[in-house]
Amino acid sequence: ICKKSYDHSSTYYNLQETLHKWPRSSIKGLSLPLMLRQFTLHTSKTRSGGVLKIVREHYLRDDIWCGSEVCKECKDEAPVLQEHACIESNLCSYPHYLIPDTNVVLHQIDILEDPLIRNVIILQIVLQEVRHRSAPVYKRIKDAIHEKEKHFYTFTNEHHRETFIEREQGESANDRNDRAIRVAAKWYTDHLAKKTNGGSLKVVLLTDDRSNKEKAEQYGLIVYRCEEYIKSLIGNPELMDRLALKPDDQNEITGSKLLFPEHLPLSRIQSGIKNGMFLQGTFHANRDNYLEGKVFINREGEEINEVLLQGLQNLNRAVHQDVVAVELFPKEHWVAPSSVVLQDDSPNDEDAEEDETENKLKGEPSDSSVLQPTGRVVGIIKRNWRPFCGMLSQSMIKEATRHLFTPADRRIPRIRIETRQAANLVGQRIMVAIDGWPKNSRYPNGHFVKNLGSAGDKETETEVLLLEHDVPHQPFSQAVLSFLPKMPWSITEEDLKVRADLRHLCVCSVDPPGCTDIDDTLHCRELENGNLEVGVHIADVSHFIRPGNALDQEAASRGTTVYLCGKRIDMVPELLSSNLCSLRSNVERLAFSCIWEMNHNAEILKAHFTKSIINSKASLTYAEAQMRIDDSTMKDDITKSLRGLNRLAKILKGRRIAKGALTLSSPEVRFHIDSETHDPIDLQSKELKETNSMVEEFMLLANISVAQKIYDEFSECALLRKHPSPPPSNYDILIKAAKSRDLNIHTDSAKALADSLNNATVENFPYFNTLLRILATRCMMQAVYFCSGMDSDFHHYGLASPIYTHFTSPIRRYADIIVHRLLAVAINADSTYPDLMDKHKQSALCNNLNYRHKMAQYAQRASVAFHTQLFFKNKGIINEEGFILFVRKNAIIILIPKFGLEGAVFFDNKDKPSPHLSFDSEGPTLKVEEHTFRMFDEVKVTISLDASNIQHQRIRMALIEPVIPGVSVPVPESEPEAKKPKLDC
Amino acid sequence: MAGLELLSDQGYRLDGRKASELRKVQARTSVFAQADGSAYLEQGNTKALAVVYGPHETRGSRSKSLHDRAVINCQYSMATFSTAERKRRPHGDRKSSEMSLHLKQTFEAAVLTELYPRSQIDIYVKILQADGGNYSACVNAATLALVDAGIPMRDYVCACTAGFVEDTPLADLCHAEESGGGTSLALALLPRSGNIALLQMDARLHQDHLDALIEAAMTACKGLSKVLDGVVRQHLEEVSVLIRD
Repeated sequence: ICKKSYDHSSTYYNLQETLHKWPRSSIKGLSLPLMLRQFTLHTSKTRSGGVLKIVREHYLRDDIWCGSEVCKECKDEAPVLQEHACIESNLCSYPHYLIPDTNVVLHQIDILEDPLIRNVIILQIVLQEVRHRSAPVYKRIKDAIHEKEKHFYTFTNEHHRETFIEREQGESANDRNDRAIRVAAKWYTDHLAKKTNGGSLKVVLLTDDRSNKEKAEQYGLIVYRCEEYIKSLIGNPELMDRLALKPDDQNEITGSKLLFPEHLPLSRIQSGIKNGMFLQGTFHANRDNYLEGKVFINREGEEINEVLLQGLQNLNRAVHQDVVAVELFPKEHWVAPSSVVLQDDSPNDEDAEEDETENKLKGEPSDSSVLQPTGRVVGIIKRNWRPFCGMLSQSMIKEATRHLFTPADRRIPRIRIETRQAANLVGQRIMVAIDGWPKNSRYPNGHFVKNLGSAGDKETETEVLLLEHDVPHQPFSQAVLSFLPKMPWSITEEDLKVRADLRHLCVCSVDPPGCTDIDDTLHCRELENGNLEVGVHIADVSHFIRPGNALDQEAASRGTTVYLCGKRIDMVPELLSSNLCSLRSNVERLAFSCIWEMNHNAEILKAHFTKSIINSKASLTYAEAQMRIDDSTMKDDITKSLRGLNRLAKILKGRRIAKGALTLSSPEVRFHIDSETHDPIDLQSKELKETNSMVEEFMLLANISVAQKIYDEFSECALLRKHPSPPPSNYDILIKAAKSRDLNIHTDSAKALADSLNNATVENFPYFNTLLRILATRCMMQAVYFCSGMDSDFHHYGLASPIYTHFTSPIRRYADIIVHRLLAVAINADSTYPDLMDKHKQSALCNNLNYRHKMAQYAQRASVAFHTQLFFKNKGIINEEGFILFVRKNAIIILIPKFGLEGAVFFDNKDKPSPHLSFDSEGPTLKVEEHTFRMFDEVKVTISLDASNIQHQRIRMALIEPVIPGVSVPVPESEPEAKKPKLDC
Repeated sequence: MAGLELLSDQGYRLDGRKASELRKVQARTSVFAQADGSAYLEQGNTKALAVVYGPHETRGSRSKSLHDRAVINCQYSMATFSTAERKRRPHGDRKSSEMSLHLKQTFEAAVLTELYPRSQIDIYVKILQADGGNYSACVNAATLALVDAGIPMRDYVCACTAGFVEDTPLADLCHAEESGGGTSLALALLPRSGNIALLQMDARLHQDHLDALIEAAMTACKGLSKVLDGVVRQHLEEVSVLIRD
């Protein structure tokens, strides 16, 4: 065998020689690349010691265009780079294109993203290197390239015949790439000079690498350091602040004293983790004590899953959410977590001595039972830095350019930044990114990214809370918008052919007032056989959002529309959410219909799903619909339909509750917002009408029907929603609370809980039941989306349904879009695609949706809290009645039903001696001096806004009644003059 | 960190080709004097050598011969040095016997075997360098060798692979693309009639994309047939010049 193959190989080499002599035959109409090169890479294989010889083909082409408008020779159909590429600069007075090198893209992406920077050539080699080094930056630079207004052009230099270079002997890969960048820049220079007849258009190479710069200058290129270039820009001083600090610059800023131990190199960390010397985990800083943090070890089988870190030295520059390696101390050095509240608020920028505060920590009593595994950070495995929102604390020295930045999130350390516009930034909310944390600096160094606006301002604060809750809220990119249907849009013949025409039906929608994204409509009519036909028609969003395109990806990443007070952050562009998909009255719209035939007992006889065309006859609000139902003089079709629906809904609801569905309560409020200033002028609890429950009932019915259908059809990859039953211990507080009023709550099943909640009433205390339900809501688990192939428990506890999904709001929830697609495939109305049938991908999608929903909820709450603050800022101090919701060791939590507001009254003050407190966890009760507080007690409090810390404003409550000497405050007689709301604010 | 980007935003593949472009194909026939027909073919870095003997009497047991047509006997092998790592490849391993079987089926569909009853045609193919699309290189080389041997066929048999990346079908995959995940489909086509001699796909592909993928592979095969035709015609020209002399 061996001999034979040897024969072949010798033939092959002979052939090789002859082959090269052949002329290249050109054949028309064939796609063949133009020129061929090969290069080889050698790598020794480690496992078996063999040599791996890799030969790759590399084609070089003549048809890669320069992408400039000026050039007539390149047959580019849509040139990206403009002819008049003007960024006004002291250094370059001529129009020019920028070519950044890899490090400039990696470190100065904030600058490149600025709208001012346009006409940039990103070389393929740069893009490749960025891709290898940092995924987030790669994503950002790609977004910038896609942005049409930015005029970023990707030049495929590695496959261009004239810009490809081979690595020379003894040249490192990095040097070769640097040379490739220079060669490409040179090519551009010559190419453009030729095209413009030696005209003014030039190419500027940006690099921070000294040797690269020198070589480029020798090579005849115009080359600047990034800093140099940005400084020269006329009229944009703020861009200067966004420059990231380079490691070489950092020496200037910091003192020479080493403050921190060196981080170990990654290789040593890895071997240390392997042999058990170090532990890997995620670092969580303590919110209340900046000198303390915890590392959660996320490896299974480790007996220690939490390591305490104390003191700056041991924290060793770890920032909240970083993945770090820690070393455990021997047991005798273990300590207990301190309960001290420490805020890093030393006013000066100097690297102050921290010894005194460190000592404070160490003076703790060491009871061995509370000792925790303690250790120190030896190295950082992965930084998890993101741009942080916060405010600038200006340096004491007036002319200083270095200032400290205090993030809004208290777990993030203060960051030192360099800015020339500090005076303008004081009182503003700004965004800052961390560049690095050298071992001789007390604080991390960062750079200014963006000014969000003045603090306390409504828009600014909204922006901050969106950023801090990771809610994607940028305007939709051009790529996304390009997938929108072209206007004017109308229903085509084809739609008519494949869809059921339901335009004749008397369909109407019922929504809250001011709703523009109407995604559900209803109808009900009597059939000839005496049965009822009920239809739920949902906006057919999946018709417009096709799987896999940019629009779809954006919607999937946003996951949900976020409703804040007075603002909505759409999941899909407005054209869809408020127009084409919104089922407004008297326009023809595409819908996905779920139609049941029911008897008068609301029993489903037949269910049927179809894509349809509808024409809604009326868009009603809950109140309007209620009026029509109640007004016996109205006899039109819409009203009849509504009455039919209402009657059926009551039966459905009754049946559902009999099965054990829970009716829970949470204090929801609505702000009346001034139409001009957009300030909240009044709040009101949300009122629930019969029609609310009517719509809800049919949506539940549709969701359950669809869930069953898609699960039957796709048992492995149906997207469902479950609500796990809470562990019994969650109910402890509820049971205790009820006991205090001599009532028993059974929590064995949802049914038992629902029944006992219904029976739990106290005479002369009508609000008691609502309070109990509020409390019960707090005991619940979070409902989550999941993929049916990955889980076995489908039960929805709160709705007492064995299966459930979301189908009825595709405009504002991405989960519904997926469910629509699944259902469409199930009824053969649409084709499927691979990701839809992949349970792992779907499960990953569910995780994102759950995360986005949670964050949206937090953002919503934060928005309500902020508006509540605004409201009370305008009101001054007011007195209100409330109920005790919880009793804590040193405080009582009070709910003000009128505002749906919750706040704490603390009994221990920093500056005053605390009153005598005794807490009984069984009740739970708290005895303050002579008075005992129990849950649900009625109290009177004053409410005011505490604005002492502008970043963390909060509502402050103080007790008026019951009167406890030394604790309660006197009733404020009238609003003090100073607190009078300013009318012009 | 991240895997290879098989198709860039600008539409270029790893080696600089566009999605529908083939690798450079070079071939020549009659490379051996002692065989009835032979051909050497390069498809990019994939290099194959095909030798044809026959038609001749069936060797070995008579029972194998068919009374109404010729038996096609294919043997596929790979050279020790054909892949990145040197590896001894014994004859008759599973992969190569499967490949031999595929080749046999392909050529039974193309060769007019009924013209030679009770006889045998031997096709030996060897991969000298493997860089993706081994099967298609073998088929294309064997076609040329068969033409060189003067064995009547219905049409050229052209084979090409196609893969599917980011909703775009890629023609003629190289090794990096084949191993970079994703589906690859091998198709052998009789270009004039448009009949498919063999279609093979091992990985999963969504049904909706299959048509696009087959279409891409067929277009590539048709392109290849022009190249092969050119090679044959050029060889004929050279030979006829020699004869005239």
